[in-house]
Amino acid sequence: MKALVCVKRVIDYNVKVRVKSDETGVELNNVKMAMNPFDEIAVEQAIRMKEAGAVSEIVVVSIGPKQAQETIRTGLAMGADRGIHVEHDGELEPLAIAKMLKALVEKEEPGIVFCGKQAIDGDNNQTPQMLSALLGWPQGTFASGVELNDAGALITREVDGGLEDIQINMPAVLSVDLRLNEPRYASLPNIMKAKKKPIDGTTPADLGVDPAPRLTTLKVTEPPARAAGVKVASVAELVAKLRDEAKVI
Amino acid sequence: MSFPLTPEQDMIVETVRKFVETEIYPYEDEVERSGHVRPELAEAIKAKTQEIGFYGCNFPEEVGGAGLNHLEFALVERELGRGSMALTHFFGRPQNILMACQGDQRERYLLPAVRGERMDALAMTEPGAGSDIRGMKCHARRDGSDWIVNGSKHFISGADHADFVIVFVATGEDQTPRGPKKRITTFLVDRGTPGFVMRDGYESVSHRGYKNMILEFDDCRLPADQVLGDVDGGYDVMNTWLYATRLTVATMAVGRARRTFDMALNYAAEREQFGQKIGRFQGVSFQLADMITEIDASDLLTLSAAHRLDVGLPANREIASAKLYATECLARVTDAALQIHGGMGLMNDLPLERFWRDARVERIWDGTSEIQRHIIGRELLRPLGC
Ligand SMILES: Cc1cc2nc3c(=O)[nH]c(=O)nc-3n(C[C@H](O)[C@H](O)[C@H](O)COP(=O)(O)OP(=O)(O)OC[C@H]3O[C@@H](n4cnc5c(N)ncnc54)[C@H](O)[C@@H]3O)c2cc1C
Ligand SMILES: Cc1cc2nc3c(=O)[nH]c(=O)nc-3n(C[C@H](O)[C@H](O)[C@H](O)COP(=O)(O)OP(=O)(O)OC[C@H]3O[C@@H](n4cnc5c(N)ncnc54)[C@H](O)[C@@H]3O)c2cc1C
Repeated sequence: MKALVCVKRVIDYNVKVRVKSDETGVELNNVKMAMNPFDEIAVEQAIRMKEAGAVSEIVVVSIGPKQAQETIRTGLAMGADRGIHVEHDGELEPLAIAKMLKALVEKEEPGIVFCGKQAIDGDNNQTPQMLSALLGWPQGTFASGVELNDAGALITREVDGGLEDIQINMPAVLSVDLRLNEPRYASLPNIMKAKKKPIDGTTPADLGVDPAPRLTTLKVTEPPARAAGVKVASVAELVAKLRDEAKVI
Repeated sequence: MSFPLTPEQDMIVETVRKFVETEIYPYEDEVERSGHVRPELAEAIKAKTQEIGFYGCNFPEEVGGAGLNHLEFALVERELGRGSMALTHFFGRPQNILMACQGDQRERYLLPAVRGERMDALAMTEPGAGSDIRGMKCHARRDGSDWIVNGSKHFISGADHADFVIVFVATGEDQTPRGPKKRITTFLVDRGTPGFVMRDGYESVSHRGYKNMILEFDDCRLPADQVLGDVDGGYDVMNTWLYATRLTVATMAVGRARRTFDMALNYAAEREQFGQKIGRFQGVSFQLADMITEIDASDLLTLSAAHRLDVGLPANREIASAKLYATECLARVTDAALQIHGGMGLMNDLPLERFWRDARVERIWDGTSEIQRHIIGRELLRPLGC
């Protein structure tokens, strides 16, 4: 079974994101970029399944500017077999990405698609669900456990109330959550081998997708700073404050 | 700063940086407060380094290393330099000098060192012989085919974890026009060899947990096959293999300076006094401007010196310049970063006071700043007959 893993280039999670002074977006100049952490977990899952013999080939896909190739190389250095880069500069919305991924899935015919549950830049949490709908495939989102079985796959999902197990048919789109695994580092031998692994280039036009955004960003601002809290001495005082000051009861 | 690196070299940087941020940073406070590295922690770092194929990465592939060139190894050291030395010690980079091993020394020392089974330390300095190793008193005399070693060494880093020590010992003296010159031989000495003891050295202000030890030799008998390289060939061994180690001090200083700078930059962009971010005061922003300029310059000096080694150009002067400038830059950067943090910079809630203390030793070990200047001056003037 072939696995397709979607990886996105985002601001490194260690970087404190700052709003640009003209409020048109966040500052990307001189900012360290890295693979979306949830996508690292997706790559790791595919590699573990390949090591276990359940997956035969791992293809990592990234849609974005030229530098997105670095993110693909990171996936290859972790252990993926080859890459596909859909080159596009400028803003992209989840639906356009899902449409491009659908075109790639139809071409590559993987038995499973892995995505991170969300990208830490826009925190949209939409692409895998849209992809699954466009393909008409089952989805297993927020996966913290993936077990292949005769009927398809048993997915453990992280939901608000705890964990939920669902049985899904394959092929399927999975979006992986934080606790699924701990991604490995790119090993030095794999880093050296990554150079020889192929990355195919394509474009949204080749895939027949119009990437133009349908939304206009008016402005981007910092969330308002939270005011400091207060400590209360008793329940009576709390109730009084909620009633008289906060006026919520 | 940018420097033309291949995608593989970029990935080496990324991977080592991430390793240091994830596997080293979280344990730094513990080492700082306890003054030592728990054996389980040391083993875990070592195992993870081996798992990702970086252990002994400075060695050629034919002996089990990764065959990195000088530039690539400098990048590894630079990123490791961000983290506590007591901990990054276990991201093992055995002394390159072990490549001088011959015959069964390869099986006994070189290969197990690269595999991470045996750790090494290197002992040159003595109480009476620091910058001037020709003043070495620790000596060996022949007894049949064996050698009997007497004397002591101090300031020997990492010897507390070493299974064997590479020791430089006087084995005679020649009269030269510039005065008497010791003949030096290099020996491989196993921990536990009768007549050889290691004991705790001094408490150092820099790099807590990265201990320096005192080595004592009292009629310590060593068979002839413990000699590394040739008898009386110590200077050759040094010149061939220790030539480039000064560069690792420079590269580590660059990594630490960048970590320190990033903290100062972010603090200046956030801390408000007099109704505005302190970064808006030129008194602060000009300090940042000087810091980053010097860091970039240090980075380029070290990478360029490493590149010279890779292409076989003379690099003695350039390595000395890099070691001198990068370590002095680190001292200025840590001082300025601490200043920008005001009183909090001094408190051990932040790692800045540690960076500031740690920076101090970099201008002393592996050749003091004065010795580097001496090398630079000599390289410049000697060809002019001066
Ligand atoms: C923490 C620590 C760890 C160390 N680890 C090791 C180790 O693992 N193995 C090892 O072998 N050594 C080690 N060293 C020793 C280190 O390399 C020496 O400290 C260093 O070479 C300086 O020698 P010294 O301390 O004896 O100072 P000295 O040589 O006595 O120098 C004193 C002062 O005189 C100056 N000076 C000396 N000669 C000249 C000159 N010709 N011109 C101008 N000025 C001069 C020096 O610059 C210095 O300012 C370590 C040292 C420290 C502090
Ligand atoms: C050990 C210790 C003991 C102390 N004891 C006392 C005490 O007993 N009582 C007491 O009241 N205080 C005490 N202090 C506080 C001390 O006086 C302050 O730390 C000092 O005034 C600096 O303030 P800050 O640390 O908040 O740094 P900040 O004022 O935040 O300064 C941060 C950086 O910004 C720079 N900066 C700020 N404003 C400007 C400007 N306009 N132009 C250019 N640069 C600027 C500073 O020079 C510094 O580099 C103590 C501090 C320490 C460390």
